[in-house]
Amino acid sequence: MTAPLMLPMATDIGNPVVNIAIFALFVIATLAIVIKASRNNKTAADFYAGGRSFTGPQNGVAIAGDYLSAASFLGIAGAIALNGYDGFLYSIGFLVAWLVALLLVAELLRNTGRFTMADVLSFRLKQRPVRMAAALSTLVVCFFYLLAQMAGAGGLVALLLGIDERAGQSLVIAIVGIIMITYVLVGGMKGTTWVQIIKAALLVFGAGLMTIWVLAKYSFNLSGLLGAAVDKNPAAGERLLNPGLQYGATGISKLDFISLALALVLGTAGLPHVLMRFYTVPNSKEARRSVTWAIWIIGIFYLFTLVLGYGAAAIVGPDAIRAAPGKANSAAPLLAFELGGELLLGVISAVAFATILAVVAGLTITASTSFAHDIYGQVIKKGQISGDGEVKVARITALVIGAVAIVGGIFANGQNVAFLVALAFAVAASANLPTILYSLFWRRFNTRGALWSIYGGLAASIILIAFSPVVSGKVDAKTGKSLSMITDTGIDFSWFPLDNPGIVSIPLAFLLGWIGTITSKEQVDVDKFAEMEVRSLTGAGAEKAIEH
Amino acid sequence: MSETRSAGDPDLTTYRDVQLSPDFSELRRRFRRFVFPMTGLFLVWYFVYVLLADYAHGFMSTKVGGNITVGLLFGLGQFVSTFAITMIYVRWADKKVDPDAEKLRHQIEGEPR
Repeated sequence: MTAPLMLPMATDIGNPVVNIAIFALFVIATLAIVIKASRNNKTAADFYAGGRSFTGPQNGVAIAGDYLSAASFLGIAGAIALNGYDGFLYSIGFLVAWLVALLLVAELLRNTGRFTMADVLSFRLKQRPVRMAAALSTLVVCFFYLLAQMAGAGGLVALLLGIDERAGQSLVIAIVGIIMITYVLVGGMKGTTWVQIIKAALLVFGAGLMTIWVLAKYSFNLSGLLGAAVDKNPAAGERLLNPGLQYGATGISKLDFISLALALVLGTAGLPHVLMRFYTVPNSKEARRSVTWAIWIIGIFYLFTLVLGYGAAAIVGPDAIRAAPGKANSAAPLLAFELGGELLLGVISAVAFATILAVVAGLTITASTSFAHDIYGQVIKKGQISGDGEVKVARITALVIGAVAIVGGIFANGQNVAFLVALAFAVAASANLPTILYSLFWRRFNTRGALWSIYGGLAASIILIAFSPVVSGKVDAKTGKSLSMITDTGIDFSWFPLDNPGIVSIPLAFLLGWIGTITSKEQVDVDKFAEMEVRSLTGAGAEKAIEH
Repeated sequence: MSETRSAGDPDLTTYRDVQLSPDFSELRRRFRRFVFPMTGLFLVWYFVYVLLADYAHGFMSTKVGGNITVGLLFGLGQFVSTFAITMIYVRWADKKVDPDAEKLRHQIEGEPR
């Protein structure tokens, strides 16, 4: 779709040796810390929840490190650079969503659960079926999220190391996967948390530095920067500053925008790897403090991405971004190269790698905890297993998930990462959030309601994604190239017109939870409900921190 | 504090008693009266923004100075409101929830203080 000769040879930017050296430095430093932190990994609570001994601020930084994934950094910057104002919605939705977590979920969840989301959902309902459903949906959401992160890793590898052929990229994705498995196996939740804390600090400082640099180029005049972005992009022009460039074309695409907005704002409080972080602090007050810290860090970071996105549009230009191997995901690294040459590119890409690594480690520990604790420990072994036995299973699961992530990453190349993550948000908002809210706040809620809502939300969101233009049948009108995951334009089995299923699957899951509940004759377990309600608000009987 | 709970670990009837007690009802009422309206407020404000960005392109594209548009100010307004609600909630919860919740917790767990 472009004439490559007119553009800078994107794969030649930077010096692979510098990039690898900076990245290796990060890996060695964090591994040392992980090994040091893991000395106290004795019990299941240590491995799963870091001994519940992190402070609110520490956990807040780690949450930011867990949440600010490649989607936030590479994806949003790329979306704003190419689609202008419409990319901004991602950052707003990702941020406002934290209020749902802060007001309705974080503290109550910390007070009632032990290790996983399923602990809370199955608290007062029939243990095994509900736990199984919640664990399955945890695994599915983590899988979608992993796919997005690995897609980001693939694009980044291509750009930084100048590896264009598939085999070489796959090898590097495998290496990233192996490093991440090592973090989780050695460090457990403690090690993972420290990796996330270090990465969050690096990411915020790196993005902050670039933001100031970009603004300085336009004498700290935001209006001037926006004007330059418009000038550099004659095809979009003024529309870069206005809503509608990506989603404004038709009635269907406008509906897609609402669907995305809904999934973003309701997804966060249903993300298992975010929820699990609340168990790493000693009590609900610290959980509250950690969310507050996270909101400030995440909010400030998203303000940076606004500048970085328009900065990439103005300084790198949309043609060069579209021609780069990682497409939209390359906007931020390309901007770093234009600003500070190969050294800044090396630093920023090491930061981006670290970002992917830390998020993938967080997802891996969440998924393996859920499998080991919920499915193996509680459903299969019915709780008749020691914490050590569970942790052993968790470690093996981490290996399996690592392998799945590596394979997934090799397949999911080229899609915008923010966009893929938005699908994970839609699944989380459909399958998890209704049941979380119902079981915390609705006395009558029962097992059938939970199962219908979880499985219904899960099935609806996944089926709608499978038959959406994301998977097949989306064709670029100008170039005739496929924009779907199945790149053969002859294959088209899409019948659901929207990219994001949220607007259908989220209300449906809430409705199913309600219908399931009122049609079931199951009696409410008043004692268990009393325990859950009292515990959730007062913190009585909540799991305590471990002192070594 | 240790992993195993202290001797004051309540049995289930105690939780039921606490749940029905006026102190707990008051705490729950106060909590819900704050978080539910606040959630409604920020969700309405968020969707007003989303709908304007989606269906009122002309209005959102109005320039207020240089290249700064109404839409950009609305978007930044979402950041401001999120930060503001966070600070308001934390101050409120520290003052109005924590002391009473703590009192009930000590009552239930039987820890002397």
